[in-house]
Amino acid sequence: MPADSSVPTSGPTSETSSNHERRNVPGPLELEVIEGLRVNLSAVERRAASLPGRRTVKKDAQAAWLLKAVTEIDLTTLSGDDTPERVKRICAKARQPVRQDILDALGMGDRRITTGAVCVYGTMVPHAVAALEGSGIPVAAVSTGFPAGLVPHDLKLKEIERSIAEGASEIDIVITREHVLTGNWQALYNEMRDYRQACGEAHVKAILATGDLKTLRNVARASMVCMMAGADFIKTSTGKEGVNATLPVTLVMVRMIRDYQEMTGIKVGYKPAGGISLAKDVLNYQILMKEELGRRWLEPDLFRVGASSLLADIERQLEHHVTGAYSAFNRHPLG
Amino acid sequence: MSVASYFDDLSYGPAPEADGDVRAWLKRHEPGFGLFIGGKFVAPSSGEFHTAHEPATGKDLARIAMATKVDVDAAVAAARKAQGPWSRLSGHARARHLYALARMIQRHARLFAVLESLDNGKPIRETRDIDVPLAARHFYHHAGWAQLQEREFPDHQPVGVVGQIIPWNFPFLMLAWKVAPALALGNTVVLKPAEFTSLTALLFAELAAEAGLPAGVLNVVTGSGSVAGTAIVEHEGIDKIAFTGSTEVGRLIRERTAGSGKSLTLELGGKSPFIVFDDADLDGAVEGVVDAIWFNQGQVCCAGSRLLIQEGVAPRFLAKLKRRMGTLVTGHPLDKCIDLGAIVDESQRRRIDALVQKGVAEGGELYQADIALPTGGCFYKPTLISGVHPASTVAQEEIFGPVAVSMTFRTPDEAIQLANNTRYGLAASIWSETIGLALEVAAKVQAGVVWVNATNLFDAAVGFGGYRESGYGREGGKEGAYEYLKPKAWAARKPRGARPALPEARVASGGFDLPGIDRTAKLFIGGKQARPDGNYSQTVLGPKGQVLGEVGVGSRKDIRNAVAAARGAEGWSRATAHNRAQVLYYIAENLSARTAEFAARIAAMTGTTAAKATAEVDASIARLFTYGAWADKYEGVVHTPPLRGVALAMHEPVGTVGIVCPDEAPLLAFISLVAPAIALGNRVVVVPSERHPLAATDFYSVLETSDVPAGVVNIVTGSPAELTKTLAEHNDLDSLWVFGPKELSALAERLSVANLKRTLTDNGLATDWFNPAEAEGPILLRHAVNVKNIWIPYGE
Repeated sequence: MPADSSVPTSGPTSETSSNHERRNVPGPLELEVIEGLRVNLSAVERRAASLPGRRTVKKDAQAAWLLKAVTEIDLTTLSGDDTPERVKRICAKARQPVRQDILDALGMGDRRITTGAVCVYGTMVPHAVAALEGSGIPVAAVSTGFPAGLVPHDLKLKEIERSIAEGASEIDIVITREHVLTGNWQALYNEMRDYRQACGEAHVKAILATGDLKTLRNVARASMVCMMAGADFIKTSTGKEGVNATLPVTLVMVRMIRDYQEMTGIKVGYKPAGGISLAKDVLNYQILMKEELGRRWLEPDLFRVGASSLLADIERQLEHHVTGAYSAFNRHPLG
Repeated sequence: MSVASYFDDLSYGPAPEADGDVRAWLKRHEPGFGLFIGGKFVAPSSGEFHTAHEPATGKDLARIAMATKVDVDAAVAAARKAQGPWSRLSGHARARHLYALARMIQRHARLFAVLESLDNGKPIRETRDIDVPLAARHFYHHAGWAQLQEREFPDHQPVGVVGQIIPWNFPFLMLAWKVAPALALGNTVVLKPAEFTSLTALLFAELAAEAGLPAGVLNVVTGSGSVAGTAIVEHEGIDKIAFTGSTEVGRLIRERTAGSGKSLTLELGGKSPFIVFDDADLDGAVEGVVDAIWFNQGQVCCAGSRLLIQEGVAPRFLAKLKRRMGTLVTGHPLDKCIDLGAIVDESQRRRIDALVQKGVAEGGELYQADIALPTGGCFYKPTLISGVHPASTVAQEEIFGPVAVSMTFRTPDEAIQLANNTRYGLAASIWSETIGLALEVAAKVQAGVVWVNATNLFDAAVGFGGYRESGYGREGGKEGAYEYLKPKAWAARKPRGARPALPEARVASGGFDLPGIDRTAKLFIGGKQARPDGNYSQTVLGPKGQVLGEVGVGSRKDIRNAVAAARGAEGWSRATAHNRAQVLYYIAENLSARTAEFAARIAAMTGTTAAKATAEVDASIARLFTYGAWADKYEGVVHTPPLRGVALAMHEPVGTVGIVCPDEAPLLAFISLVAPAIALGNRVVVVPSERHPLAATDFYSVLETSDVPAGVVNIVTGSPAELTKTLAEHNDLDSLWVFGPKELSALAERLSVANLKRTLTDNGLATDWFNPAEAEGPILLRHAVNVKNIWIPYGE
């Protein structure tokens, strides 16, 4: 399926994405649901640990899954030393993430394989939008005082509005961890609902910074509150916390997505970010999505991976699949 | 399929594990595997072989020798020859051998895993990630016990030659559970693998020899249970039988070995509860069900096959479970992308299906996920039967397949009641995020292994084994090591001398002096002196025939009443250890006040000297103090298996214990057997010395004045042969200790099969009750407890 038809792009005017899924909207904050959530760490860890032993993909299937992963990547640069030229370079990579000769060898030369989005800081949005013009690849902007989120609320909303005005069609917000750590679910809900409203047509991903939340019960509760407040995606990490995406955290978040769908009928997307740098890692995330949520959640409108170096490893694995010889980083264009 | 089509449908595609090395090994043995006896493979004396099949395809796999009694004789002879030298090796030397075996398993881990998967039909994930690593862990762990044997078990010696019969559901892991502790502690082994699944045992034997294990230490005889198994069970040259398998066969083995003096451990069936409270992590618990009943196709003795769900969350839980069932994959065992493999044999598949049909006929609601099964092999869909009742066949019978049944409960009390409403008692799984609730239920459920918020966790350091009809004995941990040892003090016991003939009664006719007041002892049941139901009594004679008094002749009905009283005195098992200790000291205090009276009674009954009789009373008082001391000190241990958490090996009272006393030392033997039992919270029904019962009947008033709650000690005088029979057959008696004539031991063991009660018998060997090494302390306390291992993973 061509990537551009499955990725939410700037422009839809209704509350549906291009896949005709009903988009999430803020609903009531149901505190009894939040308080009733239970997560057992050891049980979660056992499931997460055994899953890679229960499912695997090999050979052609593996190549296909890795190509799919490419379309799910939010190719990211979020550094203090980002410059317009640096951003242009990753945008070029997002347009052509895998060498054409490799795609041809895989029989995928006629598919438009691009990354899911390019993810940058707010000031880099105009450069990214310009560099991606005509590609259909959305620009995602981290906002709301990324990564710590400790700037005044009104300024956060202004930051979102500015990024959208400059062409970002996806907004990755960070939640105020304090609200979770103090159990102030109403405050978290209000904040998220405001972000969702400020985003308008742009899709909003709620970064929970799970490494700061520490417990899986906190992760579960924060996930559920953010979905109740209208988040389109829930996302693990900024990439700046001590611990970023993990399979156990992922398992808890996707189970919340499943519960939320059971409650509302709405499909919310999931984005792990930070620390996923190897092809075999991303396969485990894909497998977990498929097993816990189903095939539908392997499309980029419901699943993204925030990563900067993952793509390079996937490229090497794909070349190995094509040639049978192990590859090297210098054989693939830098992003 | 092309990359493009995978890209569109994102299916998994095939992921077969290579089996070339295993096929090559099988090819080398194509003419047929021999029996492994005395360090080499030998042809079966009968020349007969059977063909092992690959359950996933039905194809022939190998030719397996059918051993007969002649071959078993040869194997036992080889094991006997090796046992002396093997046990005389230093612990360190045996530790080196066990260590070498552990390393050997790790070196050939994939070979074992693939072979096991082919032979049994279980998924390669399980053999690769669970069975084989755990087997290696067992050898490492037990290398440690060999190393520490001299220090940790100085009062024990190896049992000798051990016959081990293992099942087909975990062929290699069960080999490790049996062979590792046996060899570590100085025993030699004759192992019979299951007829369906002999191959990993043969591979192990071959590689063990290459790893330097001395000839005869491990012998593997393949073949049928009815021929080879029976020959092992009945073999006079075997000192112990360790069996894992069905309760039905366990009963047969108990019967066949009764009176033989063989020690016995049985790991049998189960119908283990899986309890989900409304405050559980429901998604975690659903995954728990997958690990409980869809692990190894549900062919697991400790499978959590009985789901008990709190009513309020039952609909949501079952909906989640059904969704999960839809993502299970049943496939070829060597496919790395499956959850369930093949059922071991078509006969098993038919049995599973018949039980499922019965469950449906009895009103259960059937759910089988709409998933595809491979064609050609022996497969069964993951199955859920909900809405069953305790009376449903499928809620009672072990199905031994991928079938869970579910029912609901309202309160924790009801959950416990339902959980314990079974003849089995192997394992339990408890799901709740409230620690107080989970631990309360863990304490009250009758099972040898309890997992809190987990299921099917195993480790070599943690004992595994059942309560009730799930068998007795433990495998793993220090509690398991004792199963392959015997006390040195008991090894030296000699057969009792012949019982002296009963003297002729000399009745002195009464004179005109003031007569004594008649004191006919009644029975002591439920804290009251009760007239025997049959209303007969018999005279008690002194050594010269003088009439000392009369005691009631207890009958079946008195035993019934006494066991009911003991069952009713459950409060004693929950009393604090401190409280029980106080009662024992108080008994000693009150006995001490009557030393002269008891000494005179002993002297009159036995004809011993006054000094010796007084010494017996003093020894009895000291023994009561010993058990008052032990009451709050014979504690369990905390195991530290490789997980973030602990396993608590709790010492729980066995429950109701029948005690049949020998004639010798009529007071001291009585106290030596009763005191350890009640010190640890058991309630007892005691049959005192037949010849010399008056010390026990005099004891009623000691008990009555010592704050012993009614029903904790019940005493029924009468014929030990008759009363032992009733006790042994009683289904509400949890254990039976019989000391006395050899025939009595045999009778007790033979008749214990109905509820598979634990037995402790002296097999007609006389105990020196004055010798603390033989008659006091852990040597008996060990038999007064069941070890329950409660696994408690941590984490928030």
